Amino acid sequence: MDFGSRSLRSLDRNDGGKIDPILARRAADAVPSIPRDAEGPIFREPWEAQAFAMALALHARGLFTWPEWADVLAQEIKRAHAAGDPDTGETYYLHWLNALERIVAAKGAADAQTLARYRHAWARAAERTAHGTPIVLEPEDLTD
Amino acid sequence: MAQHDHDEHGSELSETQLRVRALETVLTEKGYIDPAALDLIIQAYETKIGPHTGARVVAKAWHDPAFKRALLDDGSKAVRALGHESRVGDHLVAVENTPARHNIVVCTLCSCYPWDVLGLPPVWYKSAPYRSRAVKDPRGVLADFGVKLPASTEIRVWDSTAETRFLVLPMRPSGTEGWSEERLAQLVTRDAMIGTGLPKPPEEVA
Repeated sequence: MDFGSRSLRSLDRNDGGKIDPILARRAADAVPSIPRDAEGPIFREPWEAQAFAMALALHARGLFTWPEWADVLAQEIKRAHAAGDPDTGETYYLHWLNALERIVAAKGAADAQTLARYRHAWARAAERTAHGTPIVLEPEDLTD
Repeated sequence: MAQHDHDEHGSELSETQLRVRALETVLTEKGYIDPAALDLIIQAYETKIGPHTGARVVAKAWHDPAFKRALLDDGSKAVRALGHESRVGDHLVAVENTPARHNIVVCTLCSCYPWDVLGLPPVWYKSAPYRSRAVKDPRGVLADFGVKLPASTEIRVWDSTAETRFLVLPMRPSGTEGWSEERLAQLVTRDAMIGTGLPKPPEEVA
C-alpha cells in the first residue's frame, strides 16, 4: 500500500470536499471493500470487555491521559499492520491488549516480568481446575 | 458423576485470556483497579450506553431549536445537560448535515469514537480500509454503505482525535412534522450519527 496513516494525517481535515479524484480512485482500488456489520454484540468475547474496562478504569484513576493512550494504541495498530495483520477490525482488541500491557509497564504499574509470572500462574490454575469449575488463582500457583 | 473421567483433563485458558487475567490480577493486587468497578463499566457499555443515547440527543435537537443551537455551540455541555456523564472526558463536537454539506466521521490513526453517546465503535469503524478510504474517497465509502448524495452536496470528513470527537447531526426526515422526541429517536441509527448512513424513512417507524 503506498499510503500510510502518516500521509493521511497530513491532509487538511476540512478538505473533505476537495479530494484529488485520481488519488481517491487509487486508494479505493488499493484496499478491499469495507467490512460491514449490523448493530450487533458489542464485545465478541468476555476478555475484550475486560481489556476495554481496564483501560477506562486506569484512565479514570489518572494513570494515563487519552492522548497518551491513543498514541500507544495507534502505534500498536501500525505495528501489527506492518507485520501483516489484515487490520479489518476483528483483531482490534488484541492491539488494545498490547497497548494496555505496554502502557502499564511504561507507567510503572505492572512490569512485563510480573505479568509473565502471573500468566504462568493462571495457566497452572487452569490446568488443575476441573472443566466447568470456575478457575481461581491460589498462592501455590505463583510459587516457582 | 458419570462425567468424572473428564474432570482429569482440567481447564484451558487461551494465551489471550491468560494475558488479560494476569493484567487484571496484578493491577488489582497493586490497587490500580477494582474488579467490581470493571463489571459496572462493562455492564454500562453493554446495556445503558449505546447508540440510543446519541439518538436521544439528535431527536431532541430536531425537536427543540434552542437545544439544537446549544448542541452545535458546545456539544459536551449540551449532552452533559441531558444527564450523560462523560467518562471519556473529551470534547464532543456536533456537526450538522445540510442539503449543501454531508459530514462523515473517521479516526485515521486508531479508533477515537464518541463512546459516551454511541457506545462502542462497530468493527468496520476500526478497520484499516475504512480509516484510509473515508479520507481519500468518502463518496465511494458512502456508496458502499448504500448512501448516494447529490453531486452538489459537499462531503466533509472529520478526523477524530483523543481530545475531540464528532457526532453527526443528520437532517430531520421530511414527513415527521409533529412527531414526539421518542418517536423521532427511533429514526436515528448509529451509522447516521457517524455519517455513513441516513436516518430511517418515517414509514419504517409506525
